[in-house]
Amino acid sequence: MTRHSNKTYWIGFCVVMAVLIVAPLVLPEFWRRFLTEILIWGLLAMSSDLLIGYTGMISFGHSAFFGLGMYGAAAALLMFSPPNMWLAILFGLAAAILVAMFVSYFSTRLRDIYFAITTLIFSQIFYVIIFTWTEVTGGENGLAFSRPRLSFPGLFSTPFTSTTLHWFVLAVVAGSYLILRRITQSPFGMVLQSIRENEFRTRAIGYPVERYKIVAVMLSGTFAGLAGVLYAIQNKFAAPDFVYFLVSGETVIFNVMGGIGTLVGPIVGAGFFLLLRELLSRMFGDQFPYLIPLGFIFITMIIFLPQGIMGFARRWLNR
Amino acid sequence: MDMLVHFFQSIPFDQIVIQSLNGIVTGMILALVASGLTLIFGIMDVVNFAHGELFMLGAYIGVLVLASTGSFWLALILASLVVAILGAALQIVTLRPLIGRDPLNTILATFGISLVLQNYALWQFGPVARKINEPITTHFNLFYLEYPWYRLVIAGLSAAIIGSFWLFLKYGKFGVWIRATTQDRVMAQAMGIPVPWVYTGVFAIGAGMAAASGVLFGPLVGVNHAMGLDWVLKAFIVVVVGGMGNLGGSIAAAILISLLESYASIWVNPSQAVIVSFVVLILTLLFRPTGLFVPTPK
Repeated sequence: MTRHSNKTYWIGFCVVMAVLIVAPLVLPEFWRRFLTEILIWGLLAMSSDLLIGYTGMISFGHSAFFGLGMYGAAAALLMFSPPNMWLAILFGLAAAILVAMFVSYFSTRLRDIYFAITTLIFSQIFYVIIFTWTEVTGGENGLAFSRPRLSFPGLFSTPFTSTTLHWFVLAVVAGSYLILRRITQSPFGMVLQSIRENEFRTRAIGYPVERYKIVAVMLSGTFAGLAGVLYAIQNKFAAPDFVYFLVSGETVIFNVMGGIGTLVGPIVGAGFFLLLRELLSRMFGDQFPYLIPLGFIFITMIIFLPQGIMGFARRWLNR
Repeated sequence: MDMLVHFFQSIPFDQIVIQSLNGIVTGMILALVASGLTLIFGIMDVVNFAHGELFMLGAYIGVLVLASTGSFWLALILASLVVAILGAALQIVTLRPLIGRDPLNTILATFGISLVLQNYALWQFGPVARKINEPITTHFNLFYLEYPWYRLVIAGLSAAIIGSFWLFLKYGKFGVWIRATTQDRVMAQAMGIPVPWVYTGVFAIGAGMAAASGVLFGPLVGVNHAMGLDWVLKAFIVVVVGGMGNLGGSIAAAILISLLESYASIWVNPSQAVIVSFVVLILTLLFRPTGLFVPTPK
């Protein structure tokens, strides 16, 4: 990357950040929450981009990491009183990492399609466990809890408002983005990309491909768990629906719509998807099966625009 | 010694016989679903995420035909034909443009198709489950149970469909084309086999088989829009355990997994019995990632 394009990149980054920081001050309450939600789903999608876009493995099981992050946070918030935000994050991440360790150990033995199916089946295992283990997880009804306070030990502690919550989520998402970006540009990330391009050659050069893949899945799962914690804090409940396959599917849709292998793309894709959904349900009512038109758009994009919105924009800008 | 005697006495033999029968019946249907899936994979390198939805649509078309004509067997045939044509259309519109691209694209495309079909069914038919009446209502006595003959008929019919499909692959002209394409796509094309149409035909056959199993299975449980995912998951497990693209392996794995699940449901409730098939999958992945029923690779 040349110095010039690097500078343009950082200017763009600062402008987008500035817009997102100011946004909650201008937007009405509903859209403020909506924007926060886009950021959270975007973080989930971005975490899976590390696998889809950079390592060439499609995970259809990200709902497991997301959901376990949620339930981990729920456990911390219900066990300790007063509820502590940092403990929630810690528990959520620990749960997601544990699950990611388990899933990655088995699923990375397989490639391509087999990987996708195995991750899907693992997420279904956790769904069945959470759905049927009513005493601990609340079963179908899930768990409800109160929102923790925004606190920095020794500095201050204040209840979340929707604006501070937005800033907090934004900070976490932006931080995760920078970390993920650094990871993809590191030597480790380069190896992941070479696995995507040619796994056999990467192995032949002497890289322990399996180990790299396991670490990639675990990293991805950790960030997905973080997204789950944020979602739990925002919505004050955890439900088995979020461990269900549909969430994984939507994560993949966000990625493809926004553009895989760009990190920013998945957030754009999440925004695009959620906005379209909101628009459709406002135009045709709540019962409208929004996934039918969105599914058509998704299929059309795979055939005609496989690089997604961001990839398309990037090519168009470079022309 | 006493403990051993007690253990053997505590095994409920009658239940085991009943559950074996149940396991074989669901196993045969699962084999029918999975053989379509594994056929499509083996030939086209396409993992068909929409397979469960084709199963579900078949069941719904069965419900509609049954309601208007009253004939179960007509429903079975019409549902398979309609879904086979739908499958061919889907393949031509969405999968054919993707030939030669990364196979991951085709997973995503079929996933999109499954979303559309599933939500269409929900929108069209509503969330309430529909019922298909059994065409054969007689029972026979099995211990304390009245076991419906229909279940045995399902198993027999599934076996017949799979068997005739196997014969077709072995001796039919199109079947020979299919096998040739599986073995060497480029060479088959060079010999004048219209490979793109073989793809379309295979997808249609797989779709028709899924629809047939949907209609056959309809009477055992209700027909609803979400039934596809359960089946496609099980079929995926079967296909991985049996070895992808391996027809015989899939059938054996389907019966093995269904039997294990039936036995498990003697002791735990059926929604937890699903975990048994997950465990089989994990063990297979650990010790035999290429599939249980394929020869050890040298």
